[in-house]
Amino acid sequence: MTRFLSDSALERLREAADSPDLTGTRYRLVDKLGQGGMGGVYCVEDTELERRVALKVISGPDPDGIGTVRLLQEARIIARLEHPGIVPVHDAGVLPDGRPYYTMKLVQGKRLDEHVESVASLSDRLRLFLRICDPVAFAHAYGVLHRDLKPANIMIGPFGEVLVMDWGLSKVFGPSPEKDAPIDQADAGPSTENRSLTAHGSVVGTPGYMSPEQTRGDASLDQRSDIYSLGAILQFLISTGNAEAIAKPLSAIRGRAMAEDPEARYQTVSELSTDLAHFLDGLAVSAYPEGPMVRAWRWVLRNRTWILLLLAYILTRTLLIFFRPR
Amino acid sequence: MEAMSEDTSIGGARHQFPSTHWSLIEGTRSAHTEERQRALDTLIRAYWKPVYKYIRLHWKKENEPAKDLTQEFFVRLLDKGLLDRFDPARARLRTYIRVCVDGLVMNEDKAAHRMKRGGDSVLLPLDFQSAEGELIGLPIAAEDDPEKLFAREFARSVFGIALERLRREFDEKDKGLHFELLELYDIEEGGKELTYEEVARRFAIKPTDVTNYLAYARREFRRIVLEELRAMTATEDEFRREALALLGVRL
Repeated sequence: MTRFLSDSALERLREAADSPDLTGTRYRLVDKLGQGGMGGVYCVEDTELERRVALKVISGPDPDGIGTVRLLQEARIIARLEHPGIVPVHDAGVLPDGRPYYTMKLVQGKRLDEHVESVASLSDRLRLFLRICDPVAFAHAYGVLHRDLKPANIMIGPFGEVLVMDWGLSKVFGPSPEKDAPIDQADAGPSTENRSLTAHGSVVGTPGYMSPEQTRGDASLDQRSDIYSLGAILQFLISTGNAEAIAKPLSAIRGRAMAEDPEARYQTVSELSTDLAHFLDGLAVSAYPEGPMVRAWRWVLRNRTWILLLLAYILTRTLLIFFRPR
Repeated sequence: MEAMSEDTSIGGARHQFPSTHWSLIEGTRSAHTEERQRALDTLIRAYWKPVYKYIRLHWKKENEPAKDLTQEFFVRLLDKGLLDRFDPARARLRTYIRVCVDGLVMNEDKAAHRMKRGGDSVLLPLDFQSAEGELIGLPIAAEDDPEKLFAREFARSVFGIALERLRREFDEKDKGLHFELLELYDIEEGGKELTYEEVARRFAIKPTDVTNYLAYARREFRRIVLEELRAMTATEDEFRREALALLGVRL
């Protein structure tokens, strides 16, 4: 007779069956951190180096090995993207239970959607956004699309470091300009597999942050799809807890990043971040054409200190001319 | 399976499972009596308790009407070709079965009439007493979402079946201690609060043995859950989704 399992026993058994088998490895299980579409992420202790790291492992069955290829491909992609804004991979392999895994730096901090409330000033939020753009631009330079950029996948560390997380849906989209370590040239096998695994028109990503072409399941995505997602993150940062009217140039930057037609968007992350930096510096932005009067007024505002000094000088000289004793 | 025979006495002592990956539905439609019977046994073994509890909890039926409806449902499944209309491309088997149960209960009067008229139908020997005891013995929060409720009971059924198979296999391999450790740590309330050293003392083994035995038991449990689930699902895709729902996502 089958025994009755209470809800809590059911939950414990589920965790037991899904927890990675670490016997004989250098890792010791500490806790489960989260669950994604493909696998679970655990906090484990590296007993040799005596430090805690994050371990990602496939959750469900993988009879045809597609999950294994994807997980190891993900690990390889992240390993190649050595950037302070991308979590470094330490190790990859297969557990005694046959499941593939990789370990990476354990990031402790807050997700952007949790952190944003503590950043009151709009300009600080925009500077934060510029730091999110950096690793994404870096990945694009290496021919890698993230495809799931959203506030929940951005971590802000205790020292303010910004990390773009969860490259599980990443995809190689084009030739790398770097000749020393191009992902799809130095390692053509897995990259080719990656293309086939993700380029068959299946819709992956998060509604609200996915570009229109990604939502349609277009196979030929490029960096402009990630730029749309960055625009959605910019929108999130601008609008969360902010009741003030948005400046038109800023609104135009967001609008251009999130344009329906990829051709109408910024073509590179660098273009987007340059425009935003210009906005922060009070300069003209390419997304918002200005008339001569507006441009003149902006010039006045930007140079108001010098202009005020000049006006004060002229006024003083004028007064001296009229009131000088004869 | 022994557990199955005690619960339903349908599967007998056969421990075999369909050899192909998604042969459950094909098996129920097979011209070979033995293969067809085996597929139906698997289906009933996995689903009868979820169906009964679903009727009790979601439809709030009393004990006796719920028994009748459960019997009627599986009789229809066996005799009326209910599964012939199942299309794996449109829904997962679990959802299809739940929707069929909904349809049956909504037409309860008609069903009751048929049952009376068909009084000579062979009733399945389902152990309703144990199912009812589970409902009474432990509090089960009735989910508002019928799909969630049915999914939870299905998970309970799969895990229960897998656990019994694990116990039997470990007994055969003289690894009863492995099973006891799994029971203590992953089933009993408060088991996880014990340290490995405390458990090692209790069972007079080394703490490293606790780690290894437990890891082995969990690995075997996972393997059996997946094997059972494969036998209970209709397609490879459904198997993957159900496995991810069972193992990877909080229930």
